Amino acid sequence: MAINWFKYSAPSTFYGLAGKLVPWFAVAAAILFAAGLYIGFFVAPTDAVQGEAYRIMFIHVPVSILSMFIYLVMAGYAALGLIFNTRLSSMMATALAPTGALFTFIALWTGALWGKPTWGAWWLWDARLTSELILLFLYLGFIALHASIDDPRRADRAAALLAIVGSVNVPIIYFSVQWWNSIHQGSSIKFTGITMHVAMQHALLTMLLACWAYAVAVTLLRVRSIILERERNTQWVLDLQESK
Amino acid sequence: MDWSEFFAMNGRGLYVWGSYGMALAIFTIEIALVRHKRKMTLQQLRMMRDAGVEE
Repeated sequence: MAINWFKYSAPSTFYGLAGKLVPWFAVAAAILFAAGLYIGFFVAPTDAVQGEAYRIMFIHVPVSILSMFIYLVMAGYAALGLIFNTRLSSMMATALAPTGALFTFIALWTGALWGKPTWGAWWLWDARLTSELILLFLYLGFIALHASIDDPRRADRAAALLAIVGSVNVPIIYFSVQWWNSIHQGSSIKFTGITMHVAMQHALLTMLLACWAYAVAVTLLRVRSIILERERNTQWVLDLQESK
Repeated sequence: MDWSEFFAMNGRGLYVWGSYGMALAIFTIEIALVRHKRKMTLQQLRMMRDAGVEE
């Protein structure tokens, strides 16, 4: 069966689709969070080196991965909006930014609370930590720049340029632990050499899926409001039953 | 299972629960804000339409 994907690039059709998807992603997130926390706290054993503090990993690693991933998705949507002049792509970029910024903040916060008992310091001007802090500033810059320009289409274009240029920071964060001498430990998910206990891996992957489903649900719900706001003068919004 | 031992996290309770607590607080606030925004947007649309009808 051929699906006409271009149909969903129209805000009017995507609005309905997003509304149908939100509850599914929200329920999936709730179930996955419950399962991930159960495995992380009751099945996974105490770490031989880091004791109980390592359990921060199950929230820290998923939000950190997603803080980078959401930025790339946001920059991708912004670029699509810039190149093809599609309104919906720019609206998606705008909807992703706050969730990305909050994930980045949680990554920094949980990192500080993990760093204190493990390294003896809340914060260090280390390559990994500093580049993640810059990621937070890029998200905040994107949001502030978009909000500071009254014409939404001009705001989309200016913010898109910032997002695209800023995406150079993502590989810097990702590879920082290899490129420079970093106090930050390397990747927790690896497929060769010494790996973690299988229950730790399951908890980590479940929590990653949970955070992803949460981000999708909250972004789709947010983009629905943005669509209505920006399309408020069109006939389909005026005809919409739920606003009557 | 001893719950007080569980919450103590072998002396690391403050760090572990401080991490999960902040994540929970932010998710809760974000959901509330996004739902509030949806309510306000629909309300504004209604007001806009009502004003249009009167004209």
